[in-house]
Amino acid sequence: MANKLISEMGLPKSIANIFAARNIHTAKDALSLTEFELTELLDVGLAEVTTAVSSISEISCPPYQTALSLLEQRMHNEYLAGHLPTRLKGLDAALCGGIPFGVITELVGPAGIGKTQFCLKLSLLASLPSSHGGLDGHVIYVDTESKFSSRRMIEIGVNSFPEIFQIEGMAQQMAGRILVLQPTTPTEFSECLQKIKDSLLQHHMKLLVIDSMAALVSGDGQGQCRQHPLGWHMTFIKSLAEFSRIPVVVTNQVRSHSGDDPFHYSFQDSRQNLDFPTTFDSHLVAALGIPWAHAVSIRLVLESKSGQRFIKLAKSSMSPPVAFTFAISASGISLLHDDGIEMTGPEINGICGQGNSGLFD
Amino acid sequence: MEVSSLPISASHRAKLISAGYISISSLSSISPAHLARDLGISENEATGILKVASQRGGPERTIPSHHSIVDGAQTAWDMLHEEESCRRITTSCADLDDILGGGISCKEVTEIGGVPGIGKTQLGIQLAINVQIPLEYGGLAGKAVYIDTEGSFMVERVQQVAEACIKDMQEYDSFLRKDLPARQVNLQANDFLANIYYFRICSYTEQIAVINYLEKFISEHKDIKVVIVDSITFHFRQDFDDMALRTRLLGGMALKLMKLAKKFTLAVILLNQVTTKYSGGSFQLTLALGDSWSHACTNRIILYWNGNGRYAHIDKSPSIRSASAPYAVTGRGIRNLASNCKRVKLILRARLAHDEHICRSLI
Repeated sequence: MANKLISEMGLPKSIANIFAARNIHTAKDALSLTEFELTELLDVGLAEVTTAVSSISEISCPPYQTALSLLEQRMHNEYLAGHLPTRLKGLDAALCGGIPFGVITELVGPAGIGKTQFCLKLSLLASLPSSHGGLDGHVIYVDTESKFSSRRMIEIGVNSFPEIFQIEGMAQQMAGRILVLQPTTPTEFSECLQKIKDSLLQHHMKLLVIDSMAALVSGDGQGQCRQHPLGWHMTFIKSLAEFSRIPVVVTNQVRSHSGDDPFHYSFQDSRQNLDFPTTFDSHLVAALGIPWAHAVSIRLVLESKSGQRFIKLAKSSMSPPVAFTFAISASGISLLHDDGIEMTGPEINGICGQGNSGLFD
Repeated sequence: MEVSSLPISASHRAKLISAGYISISSLSSISPAHLARDLGISENEATGILKVASQRGGPERTIPSHHSIVDGAQTAWDMLHEEESCRRITTSCADLDDILGGGISCKEVTEIGGVPGIGKTQLGIQLAINVQIPLEYGGLAGKAVYIDTEGSFMVERVQQVAEACIKDMQEYDSFLRKDLPARQVNLQANDFLANIYYFRICSYTEQIAVINYLEKFISEHKDIKVVIVDSITFHFRQDFDDMALRTRLLGGMALKLMKLAKKFTLAVILLNQVTTKYSGGSFQLTLALGDSWSHACTNRIILYWNGNGRYAHIDKSPSIRSASAPYAVTGRGIRNLASNCKRVKLILRARLAHDEHICRSLI
């Protein structure tokens, strides 16, 4: 929309020619200047400029929809009104069906907690045929830390869906739908993203998993750095998710909370403010900074506390803040109880990093 | 006033100055034909220039206007009446409505910012539903425009909030009219959804385009009483190398939104993100988009965590005192932190305030 050509907008010939003569070809060029600047540049009156700008705006504005038609469209066209069920009953209920399409879902937690296991299970679920509750499509798995294990994935498949995997050749077909990319440098990662965009348009890609986002990015844009180093990737992946309406799952690392991390505003009296970061005996925060935290739509925090592992729904616009206990077994991740524990307060965002007792309980 | 400050094309301006017309008063008593001859332009163009000049005349105009000393001005007394007759949009949280003086005011631009996950989108969705509450329940019976730049508008959640709102209205009905037969609230959640106009914006160009287009859109679709932009920041935060351009564009957007709010008597709500700022020896949280943007909005509300609760703080407002109030995000939407019984009281309060106002206006 932003790159629509002015010459194709049907403006009156005279004004269209003037725009072209001054090298303003796309809607983006025209709207990046204020109306006063345009009168200076184009040497026409303000009234004419205002009319031209409002025509350009009307044409480059995306069409509107009522929320009702949005809902009906999704229920009609998409699987479960746009959700990928995770087979974890409690989590699916809290998420109104499962991982939503069209937005970024983030998994964050300390090392070894089970993020990659979750991703493997999701990849499998997406590749299953629709008769078994899958999306019946291809999955792109971007593995930046060389953690993808196809043997483990088949193991999860065999243990969770024995009836499918025992059929001759099914394991090969399922595994054949999962495409793994392993970029090793930030440049390769950017190229990967471009390639993904191209192939999304052509094939039946149903899920994109990036494990992990933080590995190839240096720093996290805190404080001093005005332009986020991840800026381009963030908007790119978000728009990818949006226009292709697929679920995008991204994992994130944690880093220790430094004394510089801000937690309050200037109007908050720091005397009164409880120093809450230290009350949850953790000193971990998600990597990639505040702008990234704003960009994701669903944030699942995985942590371990006093020997128990929790998966918490820290940020979600359609769920209450609940936490579930989970365990990792041969068939991947499973919830120990389907009723979540409702958590009040900012504790839902905290990440506890007490030691894990190995990968398998 | 100088001719050089008129919004006309540069070549016309140059011709005016070289022909000796330097101030606007020199144009006040000249005919278009005369001007056309002097400048060597067509009579139509001359008429256009004179029209622009007369609009900018200001206090030097000799033609007396009918109502006021300065054309276009309003007396403070008239404005007071207007302000009081303006309904406010309830936030469904009594404490929050209290500190806001009844709710979000129409005719003004309100900025709401906070950390991720604090409930900005929730508040936006709640207001998009609450603006549709019928007049007999203390609402505005209006429609909403929701401009989504981040993709955080979850339709399922809007349905949940709409259903809870209908339940509240039914409870209020049964509470107030317990002696009379129950009046059925003839609204469904889908009716609420049908009155929200949704735009999905994917770049800053589209954001500017939609704000320019809103004027025409709102004149075509009457009854729109609230415009919510979620969030105003997202596309302006990354890939902007030219900060001066960003400031200019944001300033232009703010002015257009203010004009919309005033012209159509609607509430404009802008949701903003946070960033860090180094001040007083430490890093602090502050709303994004810089210092010049912080001047642009009329009202500013910051949502933050305090201990275990979510609070809203009025950071900037010309008419409301600075205060904080707790609120909660529940399965039914934004509500009071306290118990359930306050819910009905809140709607009652809105109704009583409206009745009180009706009585006052009759005096």
